[in-house]
Amino acid sequence: MKAFLVALCLALLSAPAWAISDPREMLPDPAQEARAEQVGSQLRCLVCQNESIEDSGAQLAHDLRAVVRQRVAAGQTDSQILAWMVARYGSFVRLSPPLTLTTLLLWATPVLALLVGSGAALVGRRSFAPAPAPLNAAEQARLDELSRPA
Amino acid sequence: MIARRRLLLAAPLGVAAAGGVAFWSMLTRMQGGTFDPHDIGNPMLGKHLPDFDLPGIAPSPGFSSRDVLAAAQRQPVLINFFMSTCIPCAEEAETLDALSRQGVAIWGIAWEDEPAKSAAFLDRYGNPFTRVGTDRRGTAAIDFGLYGVPESYLIDRTGRIVWHMAGGLSDVVVEQQLTPALARARV
Repeated sequence: MKAFLVALCLALLSAPAWAISDPREMLPDPAQEARAEQVGSQLRCLVCQNESIEDSGAQLAHDLRAVVRQRVAAGQTDSQILAWMVARYGSFVRLSPPLTLTTLLLWATPVLALLVGSGAALVGRRSFAPAPAPLNAAEQARLDELSRPA
Repeated sequence: MIARRRLLLAAPLGVAAAGGVAFWSMLTRMQGGTFDPHDIGNPMLGKHLPDFDLPGIAPSPGFSSRDVLAAAQRQPVLINFFMSTCIPCAEEAETLDALSRQGVAIWGIAWEDEPAKSAAFLDRYGNPFTRVGTDRRGTAAIDFGLYGVPESYLIDRTGRIVWHMAGGLSDVVVEQQLTPALARARV
Protein backbone atom coordinates (compact mmCIF):
# COMPACT_ATOMS: atom_id res chain seq x y z
CA MET A 1 0.00 0.00 0.00
CA LYS A 2 2.80 2.35 0.98
CA ALA A 3 4.67 1.57 -2.22
CA PHE A 4 1.49 2.24 -4.18
CA LEU A 5 1.04 5.64 -2.53
CA VAL A 6 4.64 6.56 -3.21
CA ALA A 7 4.20 5.53 -6.85
CA LEU A 8 0.99 7.53 -7.07
CA CYS A 9 2.64 10.64 -5.61
CA LEU A 10 5.56 10.28 -8.01
CA ALA A 11 3.16 9.90 -10.93
CA LEU A 12 1.24 13.00 -9.89
CA LEU A 13 4.43 15.01 -9.39
CA SER A 14 5.95 14.05 -12.72
CA ALA A 15 5.86 16.41 -15.69
CA PRO A 16 3.02 15.96 -18.19
CA ALA A 17 3.65 13.02 -20.51
CA TRP A 18 4.06 14.24 -24.07
CA ALA A 19 3.55 12.10 -27.12
CA ILE A 20 7.27 11.81 -27.85
CA SER A 21 7.54 8.13 -28.62
CA ASP A 22 11.28 8.00 -29.00
CA PRO A 23 13.71 9.73 -26.63
CA ARG A 24 15.97 10.34 -29.63
CA GLU A 25 13.42 12.93 -30.75
CA MET A 26 14.34 15.07 -27.75
CA LEU A 27 17.02 17.73 -27.80
CA PRO A 28 20.10 16.93 -25.68
CA ASP A 29 19.96 20.32 -23.94
CA PRO A 30 17.12 20.22 -21.35
CA ALA A 31 16.55 24.00 -21.58
CA GLN A 32 16.18 23.83 -25.35
CA GLU A 33 13.95 20.76 -25.07
CA ALA A 34 11.74 22.61 -22.57
CA ARG A 35 11.45 25.55 -24.95
CA ALA A 36 10.61 23.22 -27.87
CA GLU A 37 7.88 21.59 -25.76
CA GLN A 38 6.55 25.00 -24.83
CA VAL A 39 6.39 26.09 -28.48
CA GLY A 40 5.01 22.74 -29.63
CA SER A 41 2.22 22.83 -27.06
CA GLN A 42 0.94 26.04 -28.70
CA LEU A 43 0.73 24.39 -32.12
CA ARG A 44 -2.30 22.46 -33.29
CA CYS A 45 -1.93 19.01 -34.77
CA LEU A 46 -3.75 19.48 -38.10
CA VAL A 47 -4.71 15.81 -38.20
CA CYS A 48 -6.56 15.51 -34.90
CA GLN A 49 -7.25 19.26 -34.72
CA ASN A 50 -7.92 19.31 -30.99
CA GLU A 51 -4.53 18.30 -29.70
CA SER A 52 -1.20 20.06 -29.73
CA ILE A 53 1.62 18.52 -31.74
CA GLU A 54 3.30 17.63 -28.42
CA ASP A 55 0.25 15.57 -27.41
CA SER A 56 -0.56 13.94 -30.72
CA GLY A 57 0.64 10.59 -31.97
CA ALA A 58 -0.02 11.44 -35.63
CA GLN A 59 2.83 11.16 -38.13
CA LEU A 60 2.46 14.82 -39.14
CA ALA A 61 2.73 15.88 -35.48
CA HIS A 62 5.92 13.82 -35.25
CA ASP A 63 7.35 15.65 -38.30
CA LEU A 64 6.32 19.05 -36.96
CA ARG A 65 7.88 18.29 -33.55
CA ALA A 66 11.13 17.49 -35.37
CA VAL A 67 10.96 20.81 -37.26
CA VAL A 68 10.30 22.76 -34.05
CA ARG A 69 13.32 21.11 -32.41
CA GLN A 70 15.57 21.78 -35.41
CA ARG A 71 14.58 25.44 -35.30
CA VAL A 72 15.03 25.73 -31.54
CA ALA A 73 18.48 24.14 -31.86
CA ALA A 74 19.28 26.60 -34.67
CA GLY A 75 18.61 29.42 -32.23
CA GLN A 76 15.32 30.75 -33.63
CA THR A 77 13.00 32.63 -31.31
CA ASP A 78 9.54 31.35 -30.36
CA SER A 79 7.83 33.96 -32.51
CA GLN A 80 10.02 33.11 -35.52
CA ILE A 81 9.03 29.45 -35.23
CA LEU A 82 5.33 30.29 -34.81
CA ALA A 83 5.49 32.62 -37.85
CA TRP A 84 7.13 29.87 -39.90
CA MET A 85 4.27 27.49 -39.02
CA VAL A 86 1.56 30.11 -39.65
CA ALA A 87 3.02 30.80 -43.13
CA ARG A 88 2.40 27.14 -44.02
CA TYR A 89 -0.73 26.25 -42.11
CA GLY A 90 -2.45 29.56 -41.34
CA SER A 91 -3.45 30.98 -37.96
CA PHE A 92 -5.48 27.81 -37.36
CA VAL A 93 -2.23 26.02 -36.49
CA ARG A 94 -2.01 28.14 -33.34
CA LEU A 95 -4.17 26.76 -30.56
CA SER A 96 -4.61 30.32 -29.35
CA PRO A 97 -5.04 32.31 -32.59
CA PRO A 98 -4.16 36.02 -32.66
CA LEU A 99 -6.94 38.61 -32.58
CA THR A 100 -7.57 39.59 -36.21
CA LEU A 101 -10.62 40.55 -38.23
CA THR A 102 -11.33 36.89 -39.04
CA THR A 103 -10.93 35.69 -35.45
CA LEU A 104 -12.87 38.62 -33.99
CA LEU A 105 -16.09 36.63 -33.72
CA LEU A 106 -14.22 33.77 -32.05
CA TRP A 107 -12.75 36.02 -29.37
CA ALA A 108 -15.94 38.09 -28.97
CA THR A 109 -18.23 35.08 -28.55
CA PRO A 110 -18.04 34.89 -24.71
CA VAL A 111 -18.92 38.59 -24.41
CA LEU A 112 -21.67 38.29 -27.02
CA ALA A 113 -23.11 35.23 -25.28
CA LEU A 114 -23.14 37.11 -21.97
CA LEU A 115 -24.87 40.11 -23.57
CA VAL A 116 -27.49 37.98 -25.35
CA GLY A 117 -28.07 35.98 -22.17
CA SER A 118 -28.50 39.04 -19.96
CA GLY A 119 -30.78 40.61 -22.59
CA ALA A 120 -32.93 37.50 -22.72
CA ALA A 121 -33.08 37.34 -18.91
CA LEU A 122 -34.11 41.01 -18.71
CA VAL A 123 -36.81 40.65 -21.37
CA GLY A 124 -38.01 37.44 -19.74
CA ARG A 125 -38.35 39.16 -16.36
CA ARG A 126 -40.31 42.06 -17.82
CA SER A 127 -42.79 39.90 -19.68
CA PHE A 128 -43.85 37.97 -16.56
CA ALA A 129 -47.61 38.51 -16.00
CA PRO A 130 -48.37 40.49 -12.81
CA ALA A 131 -49.38 38.39 -9.81
CA PRO A 132 -53.16 37.78 -9.68
CA ALA A 133 -55.18 40.00 -7.33
CA PRO A 134 -55.74 38.52 -3.88
CA LEU A 135 -58.99 36.61 -3.32
CA ASN A 136 -61.96 38.62 -2.13
CA ALA A 137 -64.05 37.50 0.81
CA ALA A 138 -66.57 35.49 -1.26
CA GLU A 139 -63.82 33.65 -3.16
CA GLN A 140 -61.96 32.89 0.07
CA ALA A 141 -65.14 31.45 1.58
CA ARG A 142 -65.65 29.27 -1.51
CA LEU A 143 -62.02 28.05 -1.35
CA ASP A 144 -62.39 27.22 2.35
CA GLU A 145 -65.55 25.30 1.60
CA LEU A 146 -63.90 23.32 -1.20
CA SER A 147 -60.80 22.50 0.79
CA ARG A 148 -62.71 21.43 3.93
CA PRO A 149 -62.28 17.67 4.49
CA ALA A 150 -65.45 15.83 3.61
CA MET B 1 -53.52 35.76 -29.45
CA ILE B 2 -54.23 32.57 -31.45
CA ALA B 3 -52.10 33.87 -34.31
CA ARG B 4 -49.23 34.43 -31.89
CA ARG B 5 -49.62 30.96 -30.45
CA ARG B 6 -49.56 29.50 -34.00
CA LEU B 7 -46.43 31.49 -34.71
CA LEU B 8 -44.78 30.15 -31.54
CA LEU B 9 -45.67 26.61 -32.55
CA ALA B 10 -44.38 27.12 -36.09
CA ALA B 11 -41.09 28.69 -35.02
CA PRO B 12 -39.42 25.48 -33.75
CA LEU B 13 -40.68 23.60 -36.80
CA GLY B 14 -39.22 26.30 -39.02
CA VAL B 15 -35.88 26.16 -37.22
CA ALA B 16 -35.81 22.36 -37.48
CA ALA B 17 -36.64 22.54 -41.21
CA ALA B 18 -33.93 25.14 -41.87
CA GLY B 19 -31.43 23.02 -39.92
CA GLY B 20 -32.46 19.97 -41.92
CA VAL B 21 -31.96 21.71 -45.24
CA ALA B 22 -28.56 23.08 -44.15
CA PHE B 23 -27.46 19.64 -42.91
CA TRP B 24 -28.64 17.97 -46.11
CA SER B 25 -26.73 20.43 -48.30
CA MET B 26 -23.61 20.02 -46.11
CA LEU B 27 -23.74 16.21 -46.45
CA THR B 28 -24.30 16.45 -50.21
CA ARG B 29 -21.31 18.75 -50.60
CA MET B 30 -19.18 16.51 -48.36
CA GLN B 31 -20.13 13.50 -50.50
CA GLY B 32 -19.30 15.39 -53.69
CA GLY B 33 -15.97 16.44 -52.22
CA THR B 34 -16.67 20.17 -52.50
CA PHE B 35 -16.86 20.66 -48.72
CA ASP B 36 -14.56 19.33 -46.04
CA PRO B 37 -15.31 20.32 -42.44
CA HIS B 38 -11.68 19.57 -41.53
CA ASP B 39 -10.29 21.80 -44.26
CA ILE B 40 -8.01 24.43 -42.80
CA GLY B 41 -7.83 26.67 -45.88
CA ASN B 42 -4.28 26.28 -47.11
CA PRO B 43 -2.41 29.62 -46.89
CA MET B 44 0.04 28.38 -49.54
CA LEU B 45 -2.65 28.89 -52.18
CA GLY B 46 -1.50 31.72 -54.48
CA LYS B 47 2.08 31.44 -53.21
CA HIS B 48 5.12 30.23 -55.08
CA LEU B 49 5.97 26.53 -55.16
CA PRO B 50 8.31 25.76 -52.21
CA ASP B 51 11.86 24.55 -52.91
CA PHE B 52 12.51 20.83 -52.66
CA ASP B 53 14.67 18.14 -54.18
CA LEU B 54 13.37 14.61 -53.73
CA PRO B 55 14.88 11.23 -54.56
CA GLY B 56 12.83 8.87 -56.73
CA ILE B 57 11.88 5.24 -56.42
CA ALA B 58 15.11 3.53 -57.54
CA PRO B 59 16.11 3.18 -60.31
CA SER B 60 13.89 6.08 -61.53
CA PRO B 61 15.19 9.53 -60.63
CA GLY B 62 13.15 11.81 -58.41
CA PHE B 63 12.52 15.46 -59.10
CA SER B 64 13.09 18.90 -57.69
CA SER B 65 11.00 22.06 -57.60
CA ARG B 66 13.15 23.35 -60.51
CA ASP B 67 12.02 20.39 -62.65
CA VAL B 68 8.40 21.22 -61.83
CA LEU B 69 8.91 24.87 -62.76
CA ALA B 70 10.52 23.89 -66.08
CA ALA B 71 7.63 21.53 -66.91
CA ALA B 72 5.04 24.10 -65.81
CA GLN B 73 6.34 26.41 -68.55
CA ARG B 74 4.78 24.01 -71.07
CA GLN B 75 1.58 23.13 -69.23
CA PRO B 76 0.20 23.30 -65.67
CA VAL B 77 1.53 20.58 -63.36
CA LEU B 78 -0.69 18.83 -60.82
CA ILE B 79 1.39 17.67 -57.84
CA ASN B 80 -0.27 14.81 -55.99
CA PHE B 81 0.87 13.59 -52.56
CA PHE B 82 0.01 9.94 -51.91
CA MET B 83 0.87 7.06 -49.59
CA SER B 84 0.57 3.32 -50.07
CA THR B 85 -1.54 2.73 -46.94
CA CYS B 86 -3.99 5.54 -47.65
CA ILE B 87 -7.44 4.41 -48.76
CA PRO B 88 -8.59 7.71 -50.35
CA CYS B 89 -5.38 7.60 -52.42
CA ALA B 90 -6.44 4.23 -53.84
CA GLU B 91 -9.94 5.61 -54.38
CA GLU B 92 -8.73 8.58 -56.41
CA ALA B 93 -6.42 6.42 -58.56
CA GLU B 94 -9.08 5.99 -61.25
CA THR B 95 -9.71 9.74 -61.46
CA LEU B 96 -5.96 10.46 -61.67
CA ASP B 97 -5.60 7.81 -64.36
CA ALA B 98 -8.41 9.41 -66.42
CA LEU B 99 -6.79 12.84 -66.02
CA SER B 100 -3.38 11.59 -67.16
CA ARG B 101 -4.98 9.92 -70.21
CA GLN B 102 -6.52 13.32 -71.04
CA GLY B 103 -2.98 14.70 -71.08
CA VAL B 104 -2.86 16.44 -67.68
CA ALA B 105 0.70 16.43 -66.30
CA ILE B 106 0.55 14.81 -62.85
CA TRP B 107 3.66 14.49 -60.72
CA GLY B 108 3.48 12.26 -57.65
CA ILE B 109 5.14 12.61 -54.27
CA ALA B 110 5.07 9.56 -52.00
CA TRP B 111 4.63 10.89 -48.46
CA GLU B 112 6.25 9.11 -45.47
CA ASP B 113 6.43 5.85 -47.34
CA GLU B 114 8.99 3.18 -48.05
CA PRO B 115 9.90 3.31 -51.77
CA ALA B 116 9.20 -0.43 -52.20
CA LYS B 117 5.67 0.03 -50.80
CA SER B 118 5.05 3.08 -53.00
CA ALA B 119 6.20 1.08 -56.03
CA ALA B 120 3.86 -1.79 -55.09
CA PHE B 121 0.98 0.72 -54.73
CA LEU B 122 1.66 2.11 -58.22
CA ASP B 123 1.83 -1.43 -59.63
CA ARG B 124 -1.51 -2.28 -58.09
CA TYR B 125 -3.53 0.87 -58.78
CA GLY B 126 -1.74 2.15 -61.89
CA ASN B 127 0.83 4.89 -62.28
CA PRO B 128 -0.66 8.14 -63.60
CA PHE B 129 2.49 10.13 -62.77
CA THR B 130 5.01 11.68 -65.18
CA ARG B 131 7.59 11.68 -62.37
CA VAL B 132 7.55 10.29 -58.84
CA GLY B 133 9.49 11.65 -55.87
CA THR B 134 9.71 10.30 -52.33
CA ASP B 135 9.36 12.54 -49.30
CA ARG B 136 10.26 10.04 -46.62
CA ARG B 137 10.59 12.50 -43.73
CA GLY B 138 7.66 14.68 -44.82
CA THR B 139 9.73 17.87 -44.87
CA ALA B 140 8.75 18.90 -48.42
CA ALA B 141 5.12 18.22 -47.49
CA ILE B 142 5.31 20.64 -44.55
CA ASP B 143 6.54 23.37 -46.89
CA PHE B 144 3.41 22.73 -48.97
CA GLY B 145 1.24 23.07 -45.86
CA LEU B 146 0.12 19.48 -46.30
CA TYR B 147 -1.77 17.92 -43.40
CA GLY B 148 -2.85 14.58 -44.78
CA VAL B 149 -2.81 12.42 -47.87
CA PRO B 150 -3.98 12.66 -50.57
CA GLU B 151 -3.51 16.34 -51.33
CA SER B 152 -3.12 17.92 -54.76
CA TYR B 153 -1.64 21.25 -55.85
CA LEU B 154 -1.89 22.81 -59.30
CA ILE B 155 1.16 24.82 -60.42
CA ASP B 156 0.85 27.37 -63.22
CA ARG B 157 3.62 28.64 -65.50
CA THR B 158 4.62 31.36 -63.07
CA GLY B 159 5.27 28.64 -60.48
CA ARG B 160 2.39 29.66 -58.24
CA ILE B 161 0.02 27.25 -56.51
CA VAL B 162 -3.25 28.21 -58.22
CA TRP B 163 -5.50 25.43 -56.95
CA HIS B 164 -5.41 23.05 -54.03
CA MET B 165 -7.41 20.08 -52.85
CA ALA B 166 -7.01 18.46 -49.43
CA GLY B 167 -8.52 15.03 -49.90
CA GLY B 168 -9.16 12.64 -52.76
CA LEU B 169 -10.02 13.82 -56.26
CA SER B 170 -13.41 12.68 -57.48
CA ASP B 171 -15.16 13.22 -60.81
CA VAL B 172 -17.27 15.94 -59.16
CA VAL B 173 -14.17 17.79 -57.90
CA VAL B 174 -12.51 17.47 -61.31
CA GLU B 175 -15.58 18.74 -63.12
CA GLN B 176 -16.46 21.57 -60.72
CA GLN B 177 -13.00 22.74 -59.64
CA LEU B 178 -9.96 21.25 -61.36
CA THR B 179 -11.14 21.61 -64.99
CA PRO B 180 -11.95 25.34 -64.58
CA ALA B 181 -8.65 25.84 -62.69
CA LEU B 182 -6.72 24.10 -65.48
CA ALA B 183 -8.46 26.27 -68.07
CA ARG B 184 -7.56 29.42 -66.12
CA ALA B 185 -3.94 28.28 -65.71
CA ARG B 186 -3.61 27.53 -69.45
CA VAL B 187 -4.67 31.02 -70.55
